[in-house]
Parts: sequence; structure tokens; C-alpha cells
Amino acid sequence: MNKAEILIIDDEEQIRRMLEITLKTNSYIVTEASTGSEGLIMASNHPPDIILLDLGLPDKDGMIVLQELREWHTGPIIILSVQNSEEVIIKALDKGANDYLCKPFRTGELLARIRSALRSSAAEESEPIINSEDLQIDLLTRTVKKKGELIKLTNTEYNLLSIFARNDGKVLTHQYLLRAVWGPGFINQSQYLRVFIAQIRKKMEDDPNRPQYLLTESGVGYRFMSNTV
Amino acid sequence: MKGRQKQYFISLGLVLLVSAVCYGISPWLGYRVVAFILLLTVSLIAISFDILPVLVSATLSAFIWDFFFIPPRFNFHVGNTEDIILLIMYFVIAMISAVLTYKIRLIEKASRKKEEKANTLKLYDTLLNSFSHELRTPIATILAATDNMQSGNNNLTKENKDELINEISKASLRLNQQVENLLNMSRLESGFIKPKIDWCDINELVYDTVKKIEDNKITQKISITINPDLPVVKTDKLLLGQAIYNLLNNASLYTKSNSRINIAALVHTDILEMIIEDNGEGFPANEIENVFDKFYRLKYSKAGGTGLGLSIVKGFIEALKGRVSLENISTGGARFTIILPTETSHLKVLS
Repeated sequence: MNKAEILIIDDEEQIRRMLEITLKTNSYIVTEASTGSEGLIMASNHPPDIILLDLGLPDKDGMIVLQELREWHTGPIIILSVQNSEEVIIKALDKGANDYLCKPFRTGELLARIRSALRSSAAEESEPIINSEDLQIDLLTRTVKKKGELIKLTNTEYNLLSIFARNDGKVLTHQYLLRAVWGPGFINQSQYLRVFIAQIRKKMEDDPNRPQYLLTESGVGYRFMSNTV
Repeated sequence: MKGRQKQYFISLGLVLLVSAVCYGISPWLGYRVVAFILLLTVSLIAISFDILPVLVSATLSAFIWDFFFIPPRFNFHVGNTEDIILLIMYFVIAMISAVLTYKIRLIEKASRKKEEKANTLKLYDTLLNSFSHELRTPIATILAATDNMQSGNNNLTKENKDELINEISKASLRLNQQVENLLNMSRLESGFIKPKIDWCDINELVYDTVKKIEDNKITQKISITINPDLPVVKTDKLLLGQAIYNLLNNASLYTKSNSRINIAALVHTDILEMIIEDNGEGFPANEIENVFDKFYRLKYSKAGGTGLGLSIVKGFIEALKGRVSLENISTGGARFTIILPTETSHLKVLS
């Protein structure tokens, strides 16, 4: 595996140190910025494979840094923040963050999110196929197989699942999903979403109550993980 | 009508009413008796009203007595010296009674305030004690463990080191839990909680919450008894989830290892009922009504805890217009019951 470069934008030295040690010992190349402006300059001089962005920066609001990054940077951005309200999380995702981790977070969780963000950004141009241990999704032939067996999905179920498959590892908000599957008039019909998620889980998960693939992000949305670690 | 205005209205009205009644029966009463009746009225007013309305009533009643009752009647002229002295005395006594009553009330108020302050201080003390314990213990653990590993002590085996690291991890989780509690409490105290009501799959919520508790490496076994076809309900899943988390966390902290905890949910028409039971020792019967109070800790409980967890449960459930109760199970253990009014939907299958 070639070494991915990660840019950390966080003003807390201690957090940067911990991240640096964790990431370097997991074979990533790490660069660091302690302010928003510094981070923006570093990202534009040398675009990293992933940006870890803190929201509480001393010089400018992390949301604005995110917005400015998204004007030209297409790579994955993961937010690391002490703010855990759903409003803030949804806002960050709407502004183009790929993922959101609340501090304090567990290292294993962070590494899993980084891996899946890297995977999905690498997979964007390749074949639209999810091929995990016991689940195969082929977006060209519109087929879904579980342990080699074809799963029968209704049209809506398939539409929903295909959106997840195209956004492997990424948190998708309720509103995003409702708009994408049912259209803008349905963004408040979250009960549709819950029903369909439950139906897909019943067909696809070993234990629908302890899902491995289709995970709930409480109060925010859902995340599809083809390769849960 | 504003409070002050109302006081003037009532006190002056009362003086006028009493005067009118006295006027009606004055042929059978001496005018000096009327003075006493009016004085009594003013004193009664002084018991419950502010000083200004009382002084105004005292003045008004003095003039009324002079004008309508002291002979010669219907002018302010006072016939003899005795009555002049009486009128002056009337006025002075009315004033003294007004001021004295007012002062007594002030003193009462001050002592009540003092008592409240003493109570707050006592609460603050308890709070400080429990928090310094709850925050310092894990910090002490972390510092001791890291010092130990940094000391260059060659006697530390790999097992020792693993154990120290494990302690650091446990201490951090405990710190995190206390900070969560404090943040939730301050949310409740600031009145900042506005439930976000949306459709919620109770099965999903419960399994997610149980998983979070199990991630704390608890030794108890948690079982879930919920019908997989339970209708979806309308509630704030974050508030309800936190309440369930705190109840399960409480059960896991205060029951022996390998105890059993069960969580059940039922939907009656427009009511969600959730029951969290354990087979531990239950609560002392005389303290059950206090356990949801803020900062309340059981009298003989083991060290630790801040008395916030259950009060947050109550606060969050009440923010959802529900209620939570606790009882001991006859065969041993505690049972928490949450009752939430809610909308339900049987919309379960769509294509």
C-alpha cells in the first residue's frame, strides 16, 4: 500500500502529537497546521490525500475553512470536533465533509474512517462494484448477492442501496437520502427512510438488530460500510 | 392589573367598604369604636401588602374618620382637645403598625434567603466533594500509571504495563462519562433542551444503546425483549437514548458482576413504555423517592458517582412530557419504568 498523506488542521498541540504518532505508526505521512489559514495554504501548496479538520480553530471558524477548502479541494475531509450536536454535524456534512468524529474518539474508529474515506475516494472512478467478504453489489447489472445468493430487492430498496454503495463509508444525512430517492418534496418523510432501512437490513444483514453494513448515525443519518473493521 | 396597582385597589377598597359599613351602623356605635375598627382594618392590610399602599390606606382612613365620624361631622374641624389627641394617636398608631409589620416581613424574607443560601451552600459542598472525587480519582489513576511507566522502573513486566494501560483507558472512559453528565446537566439547568421529535425505531435505538454500554467492557449480561415488529414512535431519540444509556449504565455500575439486566419496550395506544430491570440488590425502600433528585446519593452506596445520572434521566424524560419511576422487584433487583406519550405508526412495509 502506498503511503497516503494526511494533513491535520488542529490548534491543540497535544491532539496533533497523538494523531501524528498514531498515524505515522500506521504508515501514513503526516503534515500539520495549527491554524485555519496555515492549513489552507498547506493544502493548496501540496494537496493531501485526506484532511483531518478541527472546527474550533483560533483564527477562523472551522466551518469556513471547510467551505473554502471545498471550493477547489475534492479529496476527503474528516471533521474532528468536540462539538457533538446533530445540527453542527449535519451542517458540516452538508458543507462537504466526508465524515465527522466527535472528540473524544477511539483510535480504532479514526483509522477505520480514514481507511474507508481513502477507499471511497480511490474507488470513485473504478468499477461500481462492492465486493466484501459475503456481500456483492454490482451497480452495472443491478444485482446484490449475499453469501453468493441473489437478494431480491424492490426498486426503491435497490435505489437506496445503490446510493449507499456509491458512497461507501460516508455518512449520508436523512435529508440527503430522502431527496435523492424520493425527491425534494419528501425531505420531512423520515419514516419512509426508517421503514426501508429496516427492510434492507432484514434482507442483507446477518442480524438486522446488530447491522454490519448499514449503520445508524444517531440523529444524523446512515453510513454504509462495505468492509466493517 | 399589575401587583402594585392591585394592592392599592384592594387596600383602599377595603378601607372604603369598612368605613361605609361603620357609617351605616354609626348611630349605634360610638365614633371612637369606629377608630378601632379602622385601625384593625389597616393592620390587617399591613400583614400582606407592601408598605406604600398600607401608608396610603392609613392616611385615607384617618381622614375618613376625621371627616365622617368625629363631631362635628362632615368637616375636618375637630371639636375638642381629647379628639385632637385621639386623631393624632390614631394616625401615629396606624403608621407604626404599618411600618412594624413591614419590618417583620423584611426580616422574615432575609432569614428565608439566608436559609436558602445555606441550603445552596450545602448542596454546593456536596457537589464539590462528589465531583472532586469523581474527577480526581481517574486523573490520579492516569497520572500514577503514566508516572510509573516513565520512571524507568525495570521491574515492570509486560503484564504490568498492559494492566497500567488498561487502567488509563478505564479512567479516561470514566472521566468522559462524568463530563458528559455535567454537560447534560448544564443543558437541563439552562433550560436549553428543545426536543427534536421525529420517527424513531425503538429496536434500533435500544440495540445501539446496549452496544455502547457493552463497549464499556461491562461484566453484566444485558438482554433485550422487544417485539421486532414494534411500531415506530415519534420522540427525540437522542434524549431518550441518553436516558436509557444512563439507566443501563447505572445498573452496570451498581450491580455485582455477572448480574443480569433486561430492557423491554411496549407500545400501547399512543404510549411507549420502557422497562429496565436488573437482578441486583434493589434500592433501600426509604430512599426510592429521592433517587431522581439532583446530586442525591444513596446513604450507604459505594464510593463514586455524582448523583447526576438519574436526575438527568428524569430531566430528559420530562422534557419529552413523560415520566420515569422506580420500584424494587419482589424477587430482588430494581425496575425503572419510563412512560412516554407518543404518536405511533404501524407503517412497517413499503415497496
